[in-house]
Amino acid sequence: MILIRLFLTFLKIGIFTFGGGYSMVALIQNEVVEKNGWMTASEFTDILAISQMTPGPMGINTATYAGYTAVVNLGLPAWEGVLGSLIASLAVIILPVVAMLLVFSWLSHHKGNPVVDSIFKVLRITVVGLIAAAALLLLTQESFGVPGFNKQFVVSLLIFVTVFWLSWRRHTNPIILILASGIVGLVVYSIGEC
Amino acid sequence: MYWKLFVSFWKIGTFTIGGGYVMIPLMEQEVVDRRKWLTREEFLDYLSLSQAMPGIFAVNMATCIGRRLGGFRGVVSAVAGNILMPIALILLLAVFLRYFRDNVVVERIFMGLRPAVVALIAAPVFRLAKSAKVTWTNCWIPVVAALLIWLLGVSPVWIIVAAILGGLIWGKFKKVKS
Repeated sequence: MILIRLFLTFLKIGIFTFGGGYSMVALIQNEVVEKNGWMTASEFTDILAISQMTPGPMGINTATYAGYTAVVNLGLPAWEGVLGSLIASLAVIILPVVAMLLVFSWLSHHKGNPVVDSIFKVLRITVVGLIAAAALLLLTQESFGVPGFNKQFVVSLLIFVTVFWLSWRRHTNPIILILASGIVGLVVYSIGEC
Repeated sequence: MYWKLFVSFWKIGTFTIGGGYVMIPLMEQEVVDRRKWLTREEFLDYLSLSQAMPGIFAVNMATCIGRRLGGFRGVVSAVAGNILMPIALILLLAVFLRYFRDNVVVERIFMGLRPAVVALIAAPVFRLAKSAKVTWTNCWIPVVAALLIWLLGVSPVWIIVAAILGGLIWGKFKKVKS
């Protein structure tokens, strides 16, 4: 049953993704965390970390990993999780590929069409809001710690501000930022614990 | 031919970390310069088409190029090549990390990672706002969209549907005026 629901959910995610992997993150999060409760927000954040660090399109990586986690979280065996991940990643590409094939020649003839251009212009602007919502929804206590003057919250804020700045202003490679934050986490949280 | 398509996209999928747009230079080099399958103009056309259409950018590119070179079988070869390695790697990691989830070292690493990942999602908002031509007069659109999703729990699907309808009406209106 979960496999069928995964398939339908990721079909929907695929066809409503406009503007790349980050906007797909907003849709996947809405479906797997908010709507279906297949995983917690912090589990989803972990999935995003891995998806950004490993090769391949981020959307495919996130779908694969989220499909696996959704199934295994229900207590089902790992092989069913593998099946779930394959179903999720195939479902997410099927409709866009079909749409792409259908409009392949049509769109190139209608590229100057003002109506088509207007739709894409509004879509591009709207998607910015979608991505902002994904980031806002990930600002959770599980990921940042309980707000206040405690170690985890202060460290999390410092990491957040630094990474945000480096990524926005300096275009620092995300892989380097993720690796560095992991090392910082390991070092900072190990001090005073052993 | 199909085999070459598969290998080229396997390479593109396997050696780019960090999402679809990082693939563009490698794809261009492979498809335009090395294999000479497309001219640079065609490549740019497919690029804008893939960005405009729904779905994953890299997969859309693979679909276009596969279709152009080898019809439906070309599409299957290019897309399969593109996603094979990423899926296999993620699966390996997913199984492995689940096993070590309660390990204290892994947990500490992830405690550092989580705020960084949220920052990495937040940063492109400002970069994209510029390239999507968000201005003072239309910035209410992304702001309202974000607030609806964040505070009222509206599904992004409805936001996309509303944006398509809004764009359609706006386009018709502009056409009538001119």
